[in-house]
Amino acid sequence: MAECHPVAFQWVVEAKKRGATIIHVDPRFTRTSALATFHVPSRVGGDIVLLGALVNHVLSGRHEFTEYVRAYTNAADILPLDFHDTEDSDGLFSGYDPVSRTYDNSSWQPTGERDLTLTDPRCVFQVLKRHFARYTPELVERVCGISQADFGRLADTLVRCSGREQTTAWVYAVGWTQHTTGVQHIRTAAILQLLLGNMGRPGGGILALRGHASIQGSTDIPTLFDLLPGYLPMPRREDQSLDAYLARLPNTGFWGNKLSYLASLMKAWFGDAATAANDFCLSSLPRLSGDHGTYRTVLDMIEGKVKGYFLWGQNPAVGSAGGRLQRLALAKLDWLVVRDLALIESATFWQDSPEVATGELATDQIGTEVFFLPAAAHVEKAGSFTNTQRMLQWHYKALEPPGDARSDLWFAYHLGKRIRAAVASSPEPRDALLQNLTWDYNESGELAEPDAEAVLREVNGRGPDGSLLSGFAQLKPDGSTACGNWIYSGCFAGGVNQTARRKPQSEQSWVAPEWGWAWPANRRILYNRASADPEGRPWSEAKAYIWWNEAKGEWTGHDVPDIEKNKSPDYIPPDGAVGPAALAGSDPFIMQRDGKGALFVPSGLKDGPLPTHYEPAESLVRNDAYKQDKSPVSILYPKAEATFEQLSGDTITFPYIFTTYRLTEHHTAGGMSRTLSRLAELQPELFCEVSPALAAERGLENGGWATIVTARAAIEARVLVTRRVRPLRLADGAVVHQVGLPYHWGSQGLVTGDVVNDLLPFALDPNVFIQESKVATCDIQPGRRPRGPALTGLVRSYRERAGLDDEWPGGRDDE
Amino acid sequence: MTSNRLYGPLDDVSGDAGYVAGHPQRVGFFTDTSVCIGCKACEVACKEWNGLPDPEADALVLTGMSYDNTAELGANSWRHVAFIEQAVPAASAPALSALSRDAEGELIISASVGDTDDGGSATRWLMASDVCKHCTHAACLDVCPTGALVRTEFGTVIVQPDVCNGCAYCVSACPFGVIDRREGDGRAWKCTMCYDRLRGGLEPACAKACPTDSIQFGPLSELRETAQARLAELHAAGVPEARLYGDDPDDGVGGTGAFFLLLDEPAVYGLPPDPVVTTRDLPAMWRWAGIAAGVLAAGVAVAFTGRAGRAGRP
Amino acid sequence: MSEQPQVPPAEFSSYYGRPILKVTRWREPHLPAYLFLGELSGAAAVLGVAAGLTRRPGLVRAGRLVAAAAAAGGAAFLTAELGRPERFLHMLRVAKPTSPMSMGSWILVSHSGLTSAAAASDLTGLLGPLGTAAAVASAITGSLLAAYPGVLLADTAVPAWHSSYRELPLLFAGGALTAAAAAGLVAGALTGDPASLGPAQRLALVGAALEGGAELALERRSDIAAEPYQEGDGARLLRYARIATISGAVTALAARRSRPAALAAAALLAGGGICAKFAVHRAGIASAKDPKYVVATQQSHSPPTRR
Repeated sequence: MAECHPVAFQWVVEAKKRGATIIHVDPRFTRTSALATFHVPSRVGGDIVLLGALVNHVLSGRHEFTEYVRAYTNAADILPLDFHDTEDSDGLFSGYDPVSRTYDNSSWQPTGERDLTLTDPRCVFQVLKRHFARYTPELVERVCGISQADFGRLADTLVRCSGREQTTAWVYAVGWTQHTTGVQHIRTAAILQLLLGNMGRPGGGILALRGHASIQGSTDIPTLFDLLPGYLPMPRREDQSLDAYLARLPNTGFWGNKLSYLASLMKAWFGDAATAANDFCLSSLPRLSGDHGTYRTVLDMIEGKVKGYFLWGQNPAVGSAGGRLQRLALAKLDWLVVRDLALIESATFWQDSPEVATGELATDQIGTEVFFLPAAAHVEKAGSFTNTQRMLQWHYKALEPPGDARSDLWFAYHLGKRIRAAVASSPEPRDALLQNLTWDYNESGELAEPDAEAVLREVNGRGPDGSLLSGFAQLKPDGSTACGNWIYSGCFAGGVNQTARRKPQSEQSWVAPEWGWAWPANRRILYNRASADPEGRPWSEAKAYIWWNEAKGEWTGHDVPDIEKNKSPDYIPPDGAVGPAALAGSDPFIMQRDGKGALFVPSGLKDGPLPTHYEPAESLVRNDAYKQDKSPVSILYPKAEATFEQLSGDTITFPYIFTTYRLTEHHTAGGMSRTLSRLAELQPELFCEVSPALAAERGLENGGWATIVTARAAIEARVLVTRRVRPLRLADGAVVHQVGLPYHWGSQGLVTGDVVNDLLPFALDPNVFIQESKVATCDIQPGRRPRGPALTGLVRSYRERAGLDDEWPGGRDDE
Repeated sequence: MTSNRLYGPLDDVSGDAGYVAGHPQRVGFFTDTSVCIGCKACEVACKEWNGLPDPEADALVLTGMSYDNTAELGANSWRHVAFIEQAVPAASAPALSALSRDAEGELIISASVGDTDDGGSATRWLMASDVCKHCTHAACLDVCPTGALVRTEFGTVIVQPDVCNGCAYCVSACPFGVIDRREGDGRAWKCTMCYDRLRGGLEPACAKACPTDSIQFGPLSELRETAQARLAELHAAGVPEARLYGDDPDDGVGGTGAFFLLLDEPAVYGLPPDPVVTTRDLPAMWRWAGIAAGVLAAGVAVAFTGRAGRAGRP
Repeated sequence: MSEQPQVPPAEFSSYYGRPILKVTRWREPHLPAYLFLGELSGAAAVLGVAAGLTRRPGLVRAGRLVAAAAAAGGAAFLTAELGRPERFLHMLRVAKPTSPMSMGSWILVSHSGLTSAAAASDLTGLLGPLGTAAAVASAITGSLLAAYPGVLLADTAVPAWHSSYRELPLLFAGGALTAAAAAGLVAGALTGDPASLGPAQRLALVGAALEGGAELALERRSDIAAEPYQEGDGARLLRYARIATISGAVTALAARRSRPAALAAAALLAGGGICAKFAVHRAGIASAKDPKYVVATQQSHSPPTRR
């Protein structure tokens, strides 16, 4: 966190000054570790074992917050007889189909019965206990290389700092998700936090440290292929009607208002053209026919299925896994538009990519027409950032963008205008979508910049009379309201740009509700109903946050209550109730079908209802917990060098594991930092971090060069020998050496270096299609890498030694 | 000239330098390295605000000194974050044995990891942002022959670039190795404590940018109290190695305007343990120079007397 | 020869072995040349006056000319050493007692003026009394010019220089005497004026004794800050300097008999002096480069001890 979010880390430092215990779990000793109370080094990819052992520690030691667990989680749900846990089938849940590598989750659905004594062997609580029983401190030591003493210290601190009087927060940077089991890492933390009563309470929660450039905003109003704004799902091919589409969302809880959200969205987009009679134009939207994630798209590009590509502030030639495939894909396009602050590698791949140097690509044979369009920086445009705590903060334009640089808003808007003009008189039904778009933001200035506040007002939503809505509760399912994103509704309440508020901390309450605006409803802690007991009283004075005021018959407190304001704690829903009314007054998790925190997830996850440890796609060891070695449902692309199954356990050819990460001094793929002298000089060269023991083993010298080789690529880096990277001893006494690689460098900018992400395979989590970029296997040798075609030869020689007989380019036939 | 013009405590440095009563109170930096996260925002903010020159392309190389690629304070780097990696006794139970394999795959003990014999050791990573100390008795200012270096009304020490002729005397006089002459420019440069910002009522850029308040700016007297309180807090929290550096008006430079809370010996951070302003000994130096001049004259006299009468003798 | 320092190797930490101090920006040959020319000019001026008092007109002229030329040369080296040579006159913006360089600049400028006047008067034969007055005044500025560089170097944070504030002025005064001796020897040899040679010989002996004594004092100090005079470049050059100076003084004894001997003696004396200046410069650099000199000196918390 100190590495990648130094500004946010000031609050961790502040907490430490006030007595908080800070524990840092990370393969490396980082700037965060330096300030932590203690650091726990761990093998990358062992997270579920560590977290699972903490769950086991809580359950077996009866440290759970019993009242909280019983009332607020689905611990009491009874599971059907045909549900089989991984305990029963050696690492697989019931419903697995090995051919399609998918689960059918019908056997995971609770029966509807509940056992509030939590003693029924088929209740979630008991299943959970059995599931995690094998996750012991010994297993942690064997799998993660964490000593039992270190584990004990971690577990004791966690338990000591949780309960009525204290809370524990889990904070992660997104590297935690970049695994084939990434979603389940967060799931395990969620189980832990629910058991300890750390959700919905001040000082609790699981805090994702998302990217700086409004990455939270880019999922709220998504750039993701499978989502519409406000986490409404993208329609699928089989959704032939509005009802079929809506059936995929719950009827109870706040998703019960799904039609209000969707209809308002469609009205915002299509205005009068969207009517109840035409399903609000839903049928005219593109629909998903399968995996259209970024890695699938790259492979489709290589296969010639994708003709054009827009890159907005993204640099896949450096920043995405498997850089070679990324660049080969770009070289197969007809056209490519790159919008960025500076010429990045994804715009210059045709002349300076490693594949040109090796001869795999020839500049004069690349047909891609590349359009580089300079982008305005954030100080050159107005708009909002949504930060990692869901808070929208408005920023104003400080100066005009230089030269041809334009804001993203300008580009999208004017591109839309031109396209709409081009199809204005088209009789094609497919063009109706474009013709019907509401595309009328006011423009100003010499550059005809669209008004960003007008966009925010549209996002906020308007009522039938055109007045701005005050929140999503006002949305209607009948098409009388329009709202660009239901969760953002209220950000322009009262005609005031709420996101622009900057009232100082000293002039308002400690929750600071008048700084910016947090979705939903300016609520600062989600599910804060859980900060009070089922009767509506704070669990403790120290942790009082919101509570039920019986006299006034309403919820009150420091934050906006996350429950209907006048819903009494003793409210019991009548049979057949739908929407929010279907949840009881003691149900805090209002976006869930049953209002309960999900210790067990019956639906929504593709890799199982409970977290289970599987080894990474490439690993040095076999799964110590189950016979099932790897995630049975991870997304692999067999043709895309997906050779990790064969590589796993090859401790001779690729005897080390490596992990990638960022440094404070640079920003992601480097397009915004390698080009700036002030930042570039602070970390001028790519380096690898190795322990003194590994340096001795391989003859690496501090400040010298090393070549790192995987089955995908070979790169060179300077060597930094540091005791901050420690060898870890695993189960059989084997020592695992981890190589650390920051990934900021490429061929452009003031400081250049090889592309670390070239080393990585395509191996994805099945739920969110995130790549496993935090762990793979490699070799490391002293000295610089070969130049030209010899580089391909080096990788090929490793592949041959590893027994990979495949179509690696530059293979024997090519020479 | 009173003796403490050259040495010893001095309550009012600006007044001593000739500013009339009513001048601003002395300001300074308290850099609490115990909360420094090594983000280098201070370095960047400083260079950006002060418009310091970009590095030459051939200077863009990894130093191999942990995460420090700035290496030192100088004419073009007025803040410098030091990174020190240390082995310290493990606070918890024995850490993992450090083993590695030899060529035959046998497990061998690698002493270089340092985790084996001593029952385990933990890692400590010290980070500290260094800066010009703005000494009470500033050698650079004392020795400057042109008057380019001056004491400001805020009690800080700055170089006037329009006066400096690049004699580089200050470079050799600074006991902290801070000030340096800029290549190609020929003049001496160092931290001004953002004199322009101070004049405008703003805090220096580095302190403004520091996310964890490791760099604190304010009236020196208040900072010294803050620092004492923080020191007591750390000592109470079981950090006995915490110490203040530069806060003592009785030290060899009369106390510094930029002082530090350190977690190890100053030399570990590249700081002199007990610096003394060189001009403390200036009166004695002149005395010896006087003696030498006398000896010189006497020597000549001796050479020409006694036998002078014989000079004309063949 | 020098004894080994008795301070045991100090336990000390450093930041990657990097210098704590900035290594001086003063370069070779500029700084040693300035030091040598300054002391030469200073002593030559005194020599000229003494020669006048003892009625040695040949030596008077030599003294005045050498003093003027060396002062000009020294000033040139000093100016060339500046980062902004065109701003040399900024040296005269202020007169600052705490700055030896400020004092030195005023001394040098005064001395240059006086010696130029004296030399011009001598060469042209005009304004004789004024020339003599200038020469007499330049004897005073000359003594100061020869000795002040000891303060110039000592008033720094450079351990080998600062700790030697007693020895350096004496070393430079001795160097001034031998430099003046060299000038006298050359003058005597060229003019064949034996009246010049006698004082020059005695100056060589006195100067060599003083210079050598100061060098020995540096070499025999037991504090660690003197180590750069006892090991490395500084020590080597200091040894060469002493050998040259003593050889020069001894050779000078034969100056009346042999013109080549006189010239050789002058060369050795001058060479010794120059060598000593390089030695001091190198010792200073070495002591600033290695952080141990700063750390050990300051951790001892006691002034340098000496035997």
